[in-house]
Amino acid sequence: MSGSLVAFYALSALTVAGALLTVTRRNPLIGALWLIATFFALAGLYALLEAHFLAAIQILVYAGAIMVLFVFVIMMLDRPELEEIGLLRAPGTKLVGLAAVGVLAWRLAAAVGRAGDPAPAKEGFGTVRAIGNLLLHEYIFPFEAVSIVLLVAVVGAVVIARLTSSES
Amino acid sequence: MIPTGHFLVVAALLFAIGAAGVIVRRNVLMILMSIELMLSGGSLTLIAFARHHGDVGGHGLAFLVVAVAAAEAAIGLAIIVALFRTRRTANADDANLLRDE
Repeated sequence: MSGSLVAFYALSALTVAGALLTVTRRNPLIGALWLIATFFALAGLYALLEAHFLAAIQILVYAGAIMVLFVFVIMMLDRPELEEIGLLRAPGTKLVGLAAVGVLAWRLAAAVGRAGDPAPAKEGFGTVRAIGNLLLHEYIFPFEAVSIVLLVAVVGAVVIARLTSSES
Repeated sequence: MIPTGHFLVVAALLFAIGAAGVIVRRNVLMILMSIELMLSGGSLTLIAFARHHGDVGGHGLAFLVVAVAAAEAAIGLAIIVALFRTRRTANADDANLLRDE
């Protein structure tokens, strides 16, 4: 077994275990900390796929900025609500769940069987230069559009979370 | 060399765990975090196929997913703060102001 395969199994085990621990914690703060661990392991998987720029972005933006925002809001809501995690009890949920799992596993098995091994990476694949070239030439319109999305999100977040005069 | 299918399995597991979290959890913060997990599963698939085909376009899309996820987290958390301020709860089942009872 090659070194990269060992790294892959270790990182993917950490990713899946972290994701499971995230959604099963009763306290949202513990869940958020496990989600940060998941994102670090995921950045390792990105690096294994030669996506070095995205691995750095994953740690800086996801594990850094977005999760800090989450932890900040969790701390701000004064009492951590410990919710009971029960499975849904409505009739037929088991059947629907099994059907969803079946369809997903069927499509996944088809895709995995067809994919095979990737070709050797070209020189400079996944570097900042390659992605910068892509974003500023071919993808210039989505790149500019997403900047407008971020601007609208910032203004919208301020407007939604602002104290209105009747509440203050 | 790691087969592309291995990454697809991990991505599908991430997506499924996130989807289960969205359905089962009732705390809005946990629902938002589960959505982040689902987005990560999609991004991992994009990057795995970018590597498979040697096409850096998947990286561009994954980059845009990160930006949209940041916008979504900002808006979602603002809504949670506003919800907590008016209803004193972070439980999705208690946010039923618009429901016809």
